[in-house]
Amino acid sequence: MIQMKNVYKKYPNGIVALNGLNVEIEQGEFVYIVGPSGAGKSTFIKMMYREERPSSGQMFVDEIDIATIKNRKVPMLRRQIGVVFQDFKLLTKLNVYENVAFALEVIEEKPADIKRRVMEVLDLVGLKHKAKMFPTELSGGEQQRVSIARSIVNMPKVMIADEPTGNLDPETAWDIMDLFERINKAGTTIIMATHNQQIVNTLRHRVIAIEGGLIVRDVVGGDYGYEA
Amino acid sequence: MKPRTLMRHIKESFKSIGRNSWMTFASVSAVTVTLLLVGVFVLIMMNLNKVADDLENDVEIKVFVSLDASEETVTSLESQISEMSGVESTNFSTKEEELTDLVLDFGDELSLFEQSNPLFDVFYVKATDPQQTKNVAKEISALENIENVKYGEGKIEKLFNFLNAGRNVGLILILALLFTAMFLISNTIRITIVARRREIEIMKLVGATNWFVRIPFILEGMWLGIMGSLIPIGLVALLYKEITDFAQPRLSGELIQLLDYTPFIYQVSALILLMGVFIGVWGSFMSIRKFLRV
Ligand SMILES: Nc1ncnc2c1ncn2[C@@H]1O[C@H](COP(=O)(O)OP(=O)(O)O)[C@@H](O)[C@H]1O
Ligand SMILES: [Mg+2]
Repeated sequence: MIQMKNVYKKYPNGIVALNGLNVEIEQGEFVYIVGPSGAGKSTFIKMMYREERPSSGQMFVDEIDIATIKNRKVPMLRRQIGVVFQDFKLLTKLNVYENVAFALEVIEEKPADIKRRVMEVLDLVGLKHKAKMFPTELSGGEQQRVSIARSIVNMPKVMIADEPTGNLDPETAWDIMDLFERINKAGTTIIMATHNQQIVNTLRHRVIAIEGGLIVRDVVGGDYGYEA
Repeated sequence: MKPRTLMRHIKESFKSIGRNSWMTFASVSAVTVTLLLVGVFVLIMMNLNKVADDLENDVEIKVFVSLDASEETVTSLESQISEMSGVESTNFSTKEEELTDLVLDFGDELSLFEQSNPLFDVFYVKATDPQQTKNVAKEISALENIENVKYGEGKIEKLFNFLNAGRNVGLILILALLFTAMFLISNTIRITIVARRREIEIMKLVGATNWFVRIPFILEGMWLGIMGSLIPIGLVALLYKEITDFAQPRLSGELIQLLDYTPFIYQVSALILLMGVFIGVWGSFMSIRKFLRV
């Protein structure tokens, strides 16, 4: 599903964020990316949906070559990938239903399909009854569930999350993880950067630790490995 | 593009126009002023061109034949000139005929010259292409037995110089205004882009194509351009109607004519509208390239 060979990333300001990564992630895996702040986790994540390009090395996501993909082909890559952020990135002028439907409207899906898919995912994330509410009327956990619904409404093969529980209280964070587990069980690959030691140590999955732009550990079922 | 998608883009672009009403007003006004000037300029330049054409058609070359030329020489000159490429017609007029004309024009005092006529035999030559008048004249003056060649007395040159100067000044002014209008439109679009950056970010994130992201902004620029062309089209059409209604009856039968109201005014209107669309679309492209990065 995802292959990286000697991926190196130097930002225009000269900072080397990734210093030769070698990773292979299979379809259906659940992977935590851990490491101290500034280690390169977000850069790693951004590379997967071609928000950033590798400066050198080879990288494939679903057989798409990230290093050479043409700008106009990037949308096709992104339709294979759902992305979730710490800050939800919801549109405040749209209600829950519209926020999720937006993701399908802008890729020109049929209206009938949009309605059906949106209702399905809102049911999955448990927000069907709040479809008409606006983001400001929701709790942080609910907002994150809307953003997760939006990221999977197009049935992507991979879901990428950059500290999805970073803004949530511990209890809400567990609800979100429960949702992730279910999405993963349905066959979606999940790659999640996180600082949450408890989650990583409890819901055991593959752990890739990055420090200073290098992979220092890659263990299936490993623990968080840092002091909280 | 699917009709549903197009409708969505149109709706989005109208929303933005309503939202930035002040910037919309400013940029539409700039387009209006620019296009009004373009319209008036085109009316004037096209009509002056027409006048120049009309006048040029009337320019004759006057060829003075040497006094010592024999009758045979004159005949051979006539055939040489009329066989030149670029010559439409030649007319021979003897010095006696020339004098008669002068007497007709200036009165009997001149008839005393009938004793010893000081004038020359003359060929009146017309060039097929008026622009070639000068070259034809030059060619004729190289022939034997020609005393002198005259044409237009610099009238065409003066008119052309005037036309060119006017055209250049007008074009520079219009270009400056064009850039101002484009700049204002691009600023308006930039404001829309900034106001909608969250939406744009998410569109790109979920895989909307680059054109899908761009089109509402291009449409918004286009509407601004079109709105800016409406008043100029109306005013220029009215103005030219007044001018032609006033001038055409007075010019009937004259050498100089204005361009007819139709189809000229349709062409001018189409030009103004197209320029409006161009200014708008170009202005929004400037901002899209800079701020949208898609
Ligand atoms: N857009 C950017 N431009 C320049 N430097 C950046 C950019 N993004 C991140 N960095 C730098 O790259 C390094 C890795 O950052 P990041 O991938 O965000 O780390 P993490 O997510 O693990 O905290 C940091 O030193 C950071 O300052
Ligand atoms: Mg980060």
